[in-house]
Amino acid sequence: MTAALKLTDLSKTFYLGGTLFGGPTGSVKAVHPITLTVEHGDTLGIVGESGCGKSTLARMLVGLLNPTTGQIEIEGAALDNADPADFGKRIQYVFQDPISSLNPRKTIRQIMEAPLKRLHGMDKPERNKRIAEIFASVNLREEFLDRYPHEFSGGQAQRIGIARALAANARILILDEPVSALDVSIQAQVLNLLADLKSEFDLTYLFISHDLAVVEAVSDRIAVLYFGSVVEIGPAKDIFRAPRHPYTKLLADSAPVVGRALKAPEAKDTELPDPLNPPPGCSFAARCAYASERCRTEVPSLSESNGKTSVACFHPLGND
Amino acid sequence: MTGYILKRLLSAIPVLLGITVIVFLIMAMIPGDPATAILGSYATPENVEKLNRELGLDKSLVQQYFIWLGNMLQGDFGTSFALNRPVIDEVLERFNATLILAGTAFLLCSVFGIVAGVISAANQYGAADKAITFVVLLGISIPSFFLGMMMILLFAVNLRAFPVSGMWPIYGDRNLGALISHLTLPAIAMAVVATGVIARLSRSAMLEVLRQDFIRTARAKGVHERGVIWRHALKAAMVSIIPVLGIQAGFVLSGAVYIEIVFQWPGVGRMLVDAILKRDILLVQGGVVFVAACYVLFNIAVDVAQSLLDPRIKT
Amino acid sequence: MKVFLKLLARNRLALAGGIVLMLVVFLVLITPILPLADPDVTNTANRFKLPFSEGAILGTDHLGRDLLSRLLWGTQLSLAVGFAAAIVAATLGATIGIIAGYYGGRTDNVIMRGVDMLMAFPYILLALAIVAALGPGLFNALVAVAAVNVPFFARNIRGITVGIAHKEFVDAARLAGLSDTRIILTEILPNVIPVIVIAMSTTIGWMILETAGLSFLGLGSQPPQADLGSMLGEARSALITNPHTSIVPGVMILIIVMSINLLGDGVRDALDPRLKSGALSRPMAATMVKRDGPVPAATGDGLLELQNLQTQFHVKDRVYRAVGGVSLHVKRGECLGIIGESGSGKSVTALSVMGLVASPPGVISGGAVRYDGEDLIGAPYRRLRDMRGKNVAYIFQDPLATLHPLYRVGEQLIEAIRAHRPIGKEEGQKKAIELLEAVRMPNAAKRISDYPHEMSGGMRQRVGIAMALANDPDIIIADEPTTALDVTVQAQILAMLDDLRRSRGLAIVFITHDFGVVAQLCDRVAVMYAGRIVEEGPTASILDKPTHPYTTRLMACVPQLGEGKRRLEAIPGLPPVVDKLPDGCAFADRCERVQADCRTGEIALERKGDRAVRCLHPVTPLQEAAE
Repeated sequence: MTAALKLTDLSKTFYLGGTLFGGPTGSVKAVHPITLTVEHGDTLGIVGESGCGKSTLARMLVGLLNPTTGQIEIEGAALDNADPADFGKRIQYVFQDPISSLNPRKTIRQIMEAPLKRLHGMDKPERNKRIAEIFASVNLREEFLDRYPHEFSGGQAQRIGIARALAANARILILDEPVSALDVSIQAQVLNLLADLKSEFDLTYLFISHDLAVVEAVSDRIAVLYFGSVVEIGPAKDIFRAPRHPYTKLLADSAPVVGRALKAPEAKDTELPDPLNPPPGCSFAARCAYASERCRTEVPSLSESNGKTSVACFHPLGND
Repeated sequence: MTGYILKRLLSAIPVLLGITVIVFLIMAMIPGDPATAILGSYATPENVEKLNRELGLDKSLVQQYFIWLGNMLQGDFGTSFALNRPVIDEVLERFNATLILAGTAFLLCSVFGIVAGVISAANQYGAADKAITFVVLLGISIPSFFLGMMMILLFAVNLRAFPVSGMWPIYGDRNLGALISHLTLPAIAMAVVATGVIARLSRSAMLEVLRQDFIRTARAKGVHERGVIWRHALKAAMVSIIPVLGIQAGFVLSGAVYIEIVFQWPGVGRMLVDAILKRDILLVQGGVVFVAACYVLFNIAVDVAQSLLDPRIKT
Repeated sequence: MKVFLKLLARNRLALAGGIVLMLVVFLVLITPILPLADPDVTNTANRFKLPFSEGAILGTDHLGRDLLSRLLWGTQLSLAVGFAAAIVAATLGATIGIIAGYYGGRTDNVIMRGVDMLMAFPYILLALAIVAALGPGLFNALVAVAAVNVPFFARNIRGITVGIAHKEFVDAARLAGLSDTRIILTEILPNVIPVIVIAMSTTIGWMILETAGLSFLGLGSQPPQADLGSMLGEARSALITNPHTSIVPGVMILIIVMSINLLGDGVRDALDPRLKSGALSRPMAATMVKRDGPVPAATGDGLLELQNLQTQFHVKDRVYRAVGGVSLHVKRGECLGIIGESGSGKSVTALSVMGLVASPPGVISGGAVRYDGEDLIGAPYRRLRDMRGKNVAYIFQDPLATLHPLYRVGEQLIEAIRAHRPIGKEEGQKKAIELLEAVRMPNAAKRISDYPHEMSGGMRQRVGIAMALANDPDIIIADEPTTALDVTVQAQILAMLDDLRRSRGLAIVFITHDFGVVAQLCDRVAVMYAGRIVEEGPTASILDKPTHPYTTRLMACVPQLGEGKRRLEAIPGLPPVVDKLPDGCAFADRCERVQADCRTGEIALERKGDRAVRCLHPVTPLQEAAE
């Protein structure tokens, strides 16, 4: 069986300070070359803190950004630099901010019709039938169709956003922080809905979030991103229980958990390196308690170390 | 900072060149040839051709442009045929008068506009706000030339408090007192519209800023309300007020054209209108380029002021 | 559209402007059929007749022409030219602006350089140059006025377009297969049109002034045809002897432009969504207080005590009961957590303490806030200001927005001290460094001269905390101070706050939506729902045995790290909107234990020992939970 999504050496560099005449004055590697596959029907969770490149990655996957290097294969077919509409039929996107992802001056019906009309060329009765089907599966009433986005709460708007993504009939959905703008009681509703839709429509998910607990609750596998690189990837049930990369461990220890005493897991009060002047070796070395001389000069690559989890570290944890 | 000023000055060069191109192209659109205009319709064809050659008008447009530009860079803006005097001398003399008038008006409108806007915002929907809003509305709705005329009628003719027109008394000393009494009416008439615009903008900029979170922080610290308004809010509001001051300076300068005519002020605006009506092309070209160049430099100063205020601007 | 007209009509000034303008337009439209003298027929024998004289209501001009007739014809011309110039400039400018803003990159760069070039001229120079080239005449004046205004529209509309083009719905449209042209027409344009209309309605008056100005200079309409500007220009030479010939056209210009400006402001206010919600009103120095009920007597519980606090938002004719009677207390050195979802009233409760709820629209409508027994609600502003930061300090959520962007962090720290006691420059500097060191800022001595934007989120929040500590307050109210931060930074900040409160004996009121944070930091916790406290008690006890169904379900629906992939326990439905609260329990509609009695009457907060709950059918009996 072919993988649903396969990324090979996908990377993105942004150039800064370009003017009308002069060339760029600096560059930021937002995403370092990433190679990974997502099996059909899986949910791959991607976690990372702000500035780790997770949104850049997501936008490349749906064709809203052109990758600097590498390629994207969807269900065995390569997709490169094609126009977004071509991506649209195979892979869709659910945005973080449910309200701003809906045009305030269009009715929900107009918003829902766009992908059906433009991507699938359906006529009016066909469209109405399809919209009715989709709305039934995301538990939205059809009377909502003639209202405008501002009349909805965040949770409802996010259902509409999901419905729009489904309308394109893509089998892969990129979910970019789909619940982080929602209140916790609504979060659970939307997460459960996503799980139901996945089995109903046989979908593959890429679930991006900064919330470790949410990612763990929905994913089959999880990739941890730090400073534009995947530092660890493995089964969801293992990755935070038995982290192998020191950064994964730091994340897991930092998450506030009921019943765990409050302590700063990091002795030093340090933060991300400067993206304009990235360190030569492992980008986590400055914060890492296990860092050696090698870590400061050489970049570790992602390699499988115990059969389940791959980790980009010279001194992975839990080897003994 | 010096580096930033230098950078901005360098970036002004293409703008200045662009200005000369635009002015040159507009002037090249003029139908008929200047030689006929200068010599009158009874000139012989030979004379016209000779003058055309002297003026360089037999060459291609591109050549003409570069000759004109080259001369200007050496300070030669040509000779005004109507005044029979070098353009640059006339422009410099006139610009001096305009600068006094426009500079005073600009100072008036900046100070009064900002203060009125802040007071208005700080007392939103209060009596002071309503009064200021009404005066401002009146100010931006009245043509400056009409206002100028009415001021002459009231203050100069009826009350005899100020001279009717001119920059200096016809008889008597050319001292500061005389200048100020001649300057008062035209400067105020010129400043009124811009004061209105600046006051409105300052008011809305202040209202925008007063809703920001950092104002709440200042209040939560226990900063006195006076400090909140005049230190915290006004400083942040200046970020959007300063660029408007730059634009309004252009409007004040533009208003000079009307006011100089109404008040017989010997400035560059009146000179330009006369030159246009007399089709004195070189004087129009030279005057426009010179004033526009000064305005570009002024706007660089505005940018520098902005960068001094706002550290987020990369210098 | 209907809403727009209604909003417009509600604005009395705009209505007045609209009526005057319509009157003028009506007069101008019927001018051709009015029994007026020919405006261009000269009669020098009758020159300079005064207004209200025989046969000429407004008198005659220097050539004996009827002023009323000339005025109406001139008004017609001025209005037509002004509107035409505005429409041409708006259409061209908006097109250029949208193209530059949408495509961005090089297209944008080239177009905007051109626009900058045009804006480098004081506008009249360009207009004069154009008129000089095309020759004087009304049509050429129109061209000149329109041309000089194109750059203003282009720049304005480009700015708006850039903002919209980066909105997520434009990305969504692209993924739905829409072409660029279609995106511009169906996604961008409908959102830009209100701005174009606003820009136009606020500049038409200006355009009329400008064309009148060119005519005044003799560069616009040519004799005998006259618009208002040239009438004024011709009358100028007789200003002193016969002022009425100047005043008549001048006043007309004033009337027209003023009515257009009034109407334009009305249009802007009606179309600007921020104004609709009343959000642009300026918050006052302290929250308004309209307390009608009796002031509860002091009980002496804790250092800070909230008694039946009620805070409302009055927006137009609606009343949102954001805080509907909250009673709480904090003891010295204690950490109280307030947990709730957005709209539960937790932040408003916190801001009400020192009168920091934005007002308008906020109003404190009842109850008391006592600091050491002293009621602060309705205390004079002077007293409140004196206590802010000195006795009760705040830490806010988003440290980038809550620090002043144009002052160095050191200056902001010193100002916090200076607000309460005079301090010299050197001493202030020293104290600022000490404060930053207290919040474990690396390189404190160097970083006091940083601006907030030069720091990372975590460092900025340290500055926020240092500022709160500046005057050694007894109480710190922290409103979601770590929500905007990454987890690793959050852990650092929380640990530091915990240390600070223990070493300094601070009382902390910690507002959050995260049970994990509450569990780690707070001694006691109050759970809020729809503006009221539904459950309160020691943190450990509540986490162990929650009694209110909402607390129980809220804890269950949040995934905890380490529990693996699973289905979550969602709470069905939505929280109620606080301007339409149901009778009885606000949670009833979402509750699985709901009974008929839950929906009637006031349900009191029942207290047993140190636990309290507002529920008739608790999950665990209160008595059992309190043991």
